[in-house]
Amino acid sequence: MSKKSEIGPLDYARRLPLQLWVGVVLAFMYLPLISLVAFSFNDSRRTIHWEGFTTDWFVKLAGDDSLIEAFVNSLTIALIATIFSVVLGTLTAIVLWRFRFPGRGLFDGVITLPIVVPEICMGVAMLVFFGSVFPWPRDLPWPFDLGAIIISHITFCFPFVCVVVRARLASFNREMEEAARDLGASEVRALWDVLLPHVRPALISGALLAFTMSLDDFVITFFTAGPNTVTFPVKIYSMVRFSVTPEVNAASSVLMLITVLLTVIGIRLQGKDVASLEG
Amino acid sequence: MSDAPTALGGRGGSRTFWLTFSAPLVWIVAFFVIPLSVIWAYSFGRTLGLTEIAITGTLDNYARVAEPVYLLIFVKSVWFAALTTAICLLVGFPYALAMTFASARGKIWLLLGIMLPFWTNLLVRTYALMAVMRNEGYINDALEAVGIGRVEMLHTNFAVIVGLVYVHLPFIVLPLYSALDRMDRSLIEASLDLGAGHISTLFRVVIPIVKPGIYSAILLGFIPALGSYLTPDLLGGPDSQMIASVIERQFKRANDWPFGAALSFILMYLTLILMVAMAIRDRRQARAQEQAA
Repeated sequence: MSKKSEIGPLDYARRLPLQLWVGVVLAFMYLPLISLVAFSFNDSRRTIHWEGFTTDWFVKLAGDDSLIEAFVNSLTIALIATIFSVVLGTLTAIVLWRFRFPGRGLFDGVITLPIVVPEICMGVAMLVFFGSVFPWPRDLPWPFDLGAIIISHITFCFPFVCVVVRARLASFNREMEEAARDLGASEVRALWDVLLPHVRPALISGALLAFTMSLDDFVITFFTAGPNTVTFPVKIYSMVRFSVTPEVNAASSVLMLITVLLTVIGIRLQGKDVASLEG
Repeated sequence: MSDAPTALGGRGGSRTFWLTFSAPLVWIVAFFVIPLSVIWAYSFGRTLGLTEIAITGTLDNYARVAEPVYLLIFVKSVWFAALTTAICLLVGFPYALAMTFASARGKIWLLLGIMLPFWTNLLVRTYALMAVMRNEGYINDALEAVGIGRVEMLHTNFAVIVGLVYVHLPFIVLPLYSALDRMDRSLIEASLDLGAGHISTLFRVVIPIVKPGIYSAILLGFIPALGSYLTPDLLGGPDSQMIASVIERQFKRANDWPFGAALSFILMYLTLILMVAMAIRDRRQARAQEQAA
């Protein structure tokens, strides 16, 4: 179709009012983010006017020990939480897909609850839990002092992994597993050698999802973290509360870049997976 | 799924079952069910000392929610969430419409366009809005340049609504798009052929058909908006508190855990009721479609 062809009756996407509308919506969504990134390169303390390009703010961030510590904490938490979430999420998905047992519906419901419960409720539940029921020692050596945060992150991440893996399991051919069993593999062995390779793409995208969510989380961490453990989003929050400064812009840009990059990689992997199924 | 072995018996499934089941079960009970049960129990308790709480079975904490101060905050939260949802619907519907009728490439770009901010950290997005709306931000620069003068925007209810719309727009656009995309386009053509204009086709054909999708969009926007914590906290002023801010205060500063617990459970019940309503509606609709087919 050439660009100049007449607009058909259903070519709503090419009608001017709708195009303008889309333009305005995209401007509303993107202008704040673009200016945030742009001003993290601005050579001025007062962030209103453009004074020239600089990477000073990023250099300054790299020299800020407390920020680096928060960043390392966040990555450590995300890494450990991801490993646990992938294992627990996959086990949950397999159990729900493979077995019928009394209370299956209840278990299924409880597992999806962390996805739907408001973050604030889960945050305060974790605060109370680690405050009075299961006090996490405050003075453990790193990284064990992050234990309470890691546990909370696993709890809200693994149900998401379970959802991703379950979707993938739906396309598994049960006969393959039965063939393996007939050829003498034990049940566990059949799961490990036949089922696991099939769900591998879901494990990777589930892992990326868990990692991104853990890295991004503020509310639940805010309630679980003790006074001495700080994560990157919690650190940014404490900076944001004070004022708008180029350092906060730079730190936000870093976080934004990492999470968007991870998500795009995850989506691409999933896209390839779908393409290989169809092709 | 009917051939799935049962846990009891089956093809030697019992050992494998417990091997796969025990870890998730223990985890979800220890680190989710128990924490929630504890605050549920606290919601029927009374603060004795600084950290001591007696669970007396009292309903006082729930009764306190009916006090005008708190009732007002609940009403305001529901109002904020409803207003946000309505604005998102108005803003998002034309966007979803454009997405539906775009070329295959255009669809991908428009989808990416709405999803990219969604993947950005919530805190970062809120901060970006703070920078734009503050007194020295561009909006105020622009207002001053055209002679209107600076308007206090940050730390007002207006800023909270803008922030909530900014954050929840993708939640609304996606279900709208999926409903519009499934719609049979020949119905629109038929309506146009029979002489209806585009606008009346929209209101008399398109909207009635995608109504279930609109309902899902409303719930998917309303539920997370109702429990928002960060947006009112950073963009709002002292009079823009929502439920989540009050809950936070009970647990951190006011140190009244039982009351905070009761508030969280009310928020949770509201969320779950809406979720269940949505699930029931979806199921009923699927059944109706099955019967029609």
